This record gives sequence, C-alpha cells and structure tokens, in this order.
Amino acid sequence: MTKMSGGHALIKSLEMMGVEVMFGLPGGAILPVYDPIIDSPIRHILVRHEQGAGHMASGYAHATGRAGVCMVTSGPAATNVVTPLMDAYMDSVPMICITGQVPLASIGSDAFQECDTTGITLSCTKHNYLVTDARDIPHIVAEAFHIATTGRPGPVLIDIPKDIVDPKNPRSDMDWYWPTPDEIDRGLPGYKPTTKGHPKMIKEAARLILASEKPVIYAGGGILKARAAEALRELVELTGIHVVTTLMARGAFPDRHPLCLGMPGMHGNYTAITAMQRSDLLIALGSRFDDRVTGKLDGFAPDAKVIHVDIDPAELGKVRRPDVPIVGDCRLVIEELVKAVRDLGIETQPDRSDWGRTIRGWQEEFPLHYDQGWEEGDALKPQFVLETLRDSTPDDTIVASGVGQHQMWTSQHWKFDHPYTWVNSGGLGTMGYSIPAAIGAKVGRPDRMVWSVDGDGCFQMTAQELVTASSERIPIKVAILNNAYLGMVRQWQEMFYEERYSEVYLSPDLPDYVKWAEAMGCAAFRVEHPEEVQPTIDKANEIDDRPVVIDFRTDSTEKVYPMVPAGLTNDHVVTDPSQGKGGY
Amino acid sequence: MITDTQTQTPARHHTLSVLVENKAGVLTRVASLFARRGYNIYSLAVAPTDDERFSRITIVVDVESSPLEQITKQLFKLINVVKISELDPAEAVERELMLMTIKAEAGSRSQVLELVQVFEGKIVDVGHDALTVMLSGKPRNLDDFEELARAFGIVEHQRTGRVALRQLTKTPRLRSVSSAARTT
Repeated sequence: MTKMSGGHALIKSLEMMGVEVMFGLPGGAILPVYDPIIDSPIRHILVRHEQGAGHMASGYAHATGRAGVCMVTSGPAATNVVTPLMDAYMDSVPMICITGQVPLASIGSDAFQECDTTGITLSCTKHNYLVTDARDIPHIVAEAFHIATTGRPGPVLIDIPKDIVDPKNPRSDMDWYWPTPDEIDRGLPGYKPTTKGHPKMIKEAARLILASEKPVIYAGGGILKARAAEALRELVELTGIHVVTTLMARGAFPDRHPLCLGMPGMHGNYTAITAMQRSDLLIALGSRFDDRVTGKLDGFAPDAKVIHVDIDPAELGKVRRPDVPIVGDCRLVIEELVKAVRDLGIETQPDRSDWGRTIRGWQEEFPLHYDQGWEEGDALKPQFVLETLRDSTPDDTIVASGVGQHQMWTSQHWKFDHPYTWVNSGGLGTMGYSIPAAIGAKVGRPDRMVWSVDGDGCFQMTAQELVTASSERIPIKVAILNNAYLGMVRQWQEMFYEERYSEVYLSPDLPDYVKWAEAMGCAAFRVEHPEEVQPTIDKANEIDDRPVVIDFRTDSTEKVYPMVPAGLTNDHVVTDPSQGKGGY
Repeated sequence: MITDTQTQTPARHHTLSVLVENKAGVLTRVASLFARRGYNIYSLAVAPTDDERFSRITIVVDVESSPLEQITKQLFKLINVVKISELDPAEAVERELMLMTIKAEAGSRSQVLELVQVFEGKIVDVGHDALTVMLSGKPRNLDDFEELARAFGIVEHQRTGRVALRQLTKTPRLRSVSSAARTT
C-alpha cells in the first residue's frame, strides 16, 4: 500500500479518471491540493474569476462530451461557481467542481472564507459531497464522475476541508487504493439509471409513428448527451419525418438536411413552430417541453399525441402528459425504435406528401428574413455579420454564444451541420457564458476553430477571461455584436413597454473594446462598414497565436424575429414586419 | 412547510414511505427538494431502520400542491433515496404519538382521567392542576381526543407526525418506485 496525503490522492484520483485538463484558481483552503498539481500531468488553466473556471469546464464538456473539471477555494470562490453550477444543472452538463473548505474543526465557526458550500449548492448540483475523511477521497472522486456522466448528466461538487488534504496534518494520511466499478455500484444503492427502453412502449411508439400523418420529431439536448445524432439520422431517413432541433440540440441533426426544420420556440423559425403546432404526433427525444418551446402550454400542439423519450423519468409528464412515455438513453431507445419500425413494416406508413407540401409552403412563405438594406452611416445588420462569419469559417467550427439577441440570431442564421459545434447557455440563460465557454471548448478541441459570438452586454461580464486565453495561448476568436444596448431587453421594452427604454443603454465605445482587447493580449479590430466585414473575418481566421476580438458595430433597432410573445400560444408567431404576420 | 396536524386528514394527503441512505445531510436534501419544487409537507417523521445503512422517512404530502407522481419522481432523483413506497391512507397502518398537558383542577380531574381511559392513554406526569398524557393511535383518534380535551383546556401538546407501513391483510395499492420499476 502506498502512503499518501489526501491532497495527493485527490489529484491522483483525477488522473485515474483520465482528466487531462482542469480550470481553477487557488486560495487558502485549497492550497494543499494545488501543490501536487506541479508534479501532475494534468494541465491546469489559471482563470481570472472562478465563474470563468466553471463555464470553461462546461464549454469543455459541451465540446468533448467528457466531464469538465474545475477547482476553486472556499468561501467567495465557492459562491462564485454557483452560477456555472446552476447553468450546468439546467443544461445537464457533466461537470466536477472541487471546492476547498476550512478545516473540519472550524466548520460552523464562521471561520475566514468559510461558507456552507454543500448547503448552498444543494439545489444546483446533481449531487454534492462534504468529504470528512481523507480515506474517502478516491471513492468519492470515482463516484462523483460516475454520477456526473451517467443517467441525466449534471454537475457534482466535492467540498474538501483543508486538514484532510494537508500533508502536515496527520488527518490527511491515507493508504492509496482505487475502487472497482462494482464497489462504486454497491456504494450507490439508490442510483441505477434506466438506459434501455421498455420494449412494449417502444413497440407502441413505433405503431404511433407508422400511423401518423403529420408527425414531427422534437429533438432536444438529450440527443447530444446520449451521442445519439447518428441514431437520430437513421430514424429520420427511415421514416422521412421532419425534425426540429431545440436551442440545446442545434447540430444534433444537420441544418442542411432537407428534413431539418431548424429551431422551434419563442424565436424559432415559423415552420418549425407551426409544424409542431399542427402536428398529430410529437416524437420528443431528449427534450423537456421547456416554456420557451411550448409557449402558452394549454394551446401547445393541441392535436398531437406525444411520444416522450428521456433518461430522466421525472421529465415524462412533468409538463405535457405523454401518450407513450419511454424512460431510457436516447441512443439505445432510438436504435430500438428503428428496429421496431422496420419490424412492423415501414411500407405501412401513410403517404405524407400533403404534409410535406404544407411544410414546404410555410418554408417558402416565411423563411428567416431581415431587411438587408444599408446606406452610408447605417450600423451593420447583425444577421449579415453572422451570415458572413458562417460562410467564412469551416463547417465544423465550434460556436459559443452568450445570452440574448446575438444568441438567437446565431442559432437562427448559423448552419449547424455537425453535433457538438454549438455551445450555449439554454436553461439558465447566463449572460457572460460565451467567452469562458469558448475557451473551454477550444481547450477540449484544439484542432477546431472556435468562435465566440457575444453581445456587448455579455462581453463586459466575463471579458477578463481573455487574459486567461492570452496567457495560456488559447486562440479563440470573438465577434462582439456591439449594438450598445442590452438588446433583448431593449426589444421587449420597444415591443411591450411602449418604447420606454429603462436602463438598457450601454454605449458603443465605453469601454473601447479594441483597446480593452489589446490590453488583454488579443489582436483586435473594429468593423463599421459592410465591406470590412469579410476581410476582417478573414484576417481574424489567419491569427492562431493569440485570441482575436472584432468589435462589430451593429444596428440597435434590429429585433429578433420570428417571435412568439410571452403568454401567447404558438399560433401567434410574429414574423419580420415585411412578411406581414403579427401585429408588432 | 410543516403545518400543524390539528385538522383531520383529508384525501388530498398521501403518505410516502421513503427509504434513504443513512448519511449526513439526507434529510436536508429531501426537505430542500420539497421547498425548491413548491411541494407541501404535511408531516414528516424520520428514524433509522433495522438495517443501519438506511433510514426511513415517512412524509405526508399535500398532493394538491403538485401531482404525487412528480413528487415521487423528483424525490427519486436524489442520489441517496433508495426506495419510495406510496401508501394510500385507506390501505396502510398509520400510527402517531402525542404528548398533551391538560388542565385538570380538582373539579374536572376525574372527567379528564375518564377521557384518557376511553382513549387508552397513559398518564405520564402529574402536577397540581394539570396532567400530561401520552396517547398513541390512528391520527384520526388523536384528532378526536384533541377535540374533546379542548373543553378542559390544553396547556400544550406535541405530536410526532405519523409513521406508516403497508397493511398486510389486504393487498395494498402499493406503488413502489424502485430502480427496477422506474420504466413508467
């Protein structure tokens, strides 16, 4: 048996889990764990704010499918990761967060930098631990990874008191061991996620699919979590059913595929929203009937039967009662569903060409649209910037966004043809997510081009992580759609608060984004003229030794359309005014 | 929220018998889940089981605040929750314990004693002008006793919240949400 300190065992446990990189910032209580990092092959990325560490771990997990790891100290550092934890919890992102804690004997005494980390994070983690014995460390680390990455993934926090990791303290002495998978299982008598769908239910689902005349597949983030993109494609190509991909599922099914209808929901495109609304069968795969997708619930897809597949049983019937509920892993269930459909006979499907024509009609009448006119002195159209960026970058470019108008425009106008190329904060809607998430994604996928599309409001929340990117040589690229406003809030104030703009103006040049970016070690450009958009993006694409920031001066009056105003059903899609639908 | 148990149990209350790992903080997790999801707890009792690895939490929930199915599914997502049995009050054995101090001055003392006797209670403490009574039984009986004792004057009282197990004689409508049966 190898004698070891708890701190050393913690780092060794992370190595055993195959961790290659972690994001963090040291401090008093976590000091003893930072010492063995010097001798570990794990790359540690020193962030400038703990929130950055959390979002980087999340961006890393989005892009790689592996659990992201962040490590911070106690007290204020722990409270600073609460936002990324909640963000990851809402979006089912596998993440391990290690926090320092004051020594066991000081817990509860209001010691310096003490806070009740496990108490605070109870409702924003899938599970959390307060470790009280150095000998528990390897088991808890292995168990934490198991919980974070299986079932419905999520963040798991491990809070570690200083004394059990400090080699100067005898409480930290332990004999090294590594638990077997069997021992992990036995330690979790209440945790056995169901992965295989019930055969009877699958058969019933196949029957509904084969009987449906107007079916729509409603694909959610669970497709990506379950690595089910291939299986989904097989199901779609077998049955010829149209697919909508939610904000969390962009890329799970290729946008360029003729059966892809794009994003549904409040800012989804007209056809995706309306096809769901008029369908007679919704096949919900790893999606959760979020209020941003359903609109006013009692008028949502009124004639549709529902097949709902999710690995989390609590999602089935939480919002909409399914006709066929299937608990299981999306990939396994879809594979079984494909078999079941084949067994029952694909040729028994009704002819759906009428439905297909109806859908094509909507697509032709209400495509994504914006006014492309530009005159000298006008600001850039954000959609034009995005389309140019999209067409000037490789197909498999990873795009990370913050939250607001720029996020919706990116999701609408980008063509996502590969899974794991879209990184964003869906459930929690965390402004400032983009920069650190892009950094995490680039660390996980250094072979890919990574663009952060950010708003000026979001950028100001987490921009300091560009210092991290510069010093760690993580060459992400940032497109700020700078409209000098908290744009989405402005849009609501314009549409629903009689143009009374309350506290939304930010100024286009305070801060000076170019100088600020340069001060953080980035290459930086400002673009005001449409003709400069393409060449500047090309220039940015050439730079690979440091981050690049482009300050695009965009039109603050531009609004995100289509839009289903809050509180209305999805029958009330407001399209771009020139398309003449809706009253806003 | 733990509300007082003075009223009778209307049908909107259901009893969940939740087997949990006997680990620090598990009760907090359960209570926090109820608070976070807006479910109401009517009463709650916790104790270790014969197996030292597990404790049993008996929760009476208000199913008007949220459908019981959602409550059990969300509860089961807690890593430390091992098994949940839903007990229909009509088909389960439910008991509760109560301590009550009742005013019992010379004039009324014999009547109080009589009442205690009818309900098969025990006198556990005697003072100059008051008695402390221990009563165990069906929650409904305790409600009745409380109602009748009020005439003499209740000084203070404490109830434990109910504990419950499924009934043996009939086949109970027992819906067990265990790992094996999570498919619906």
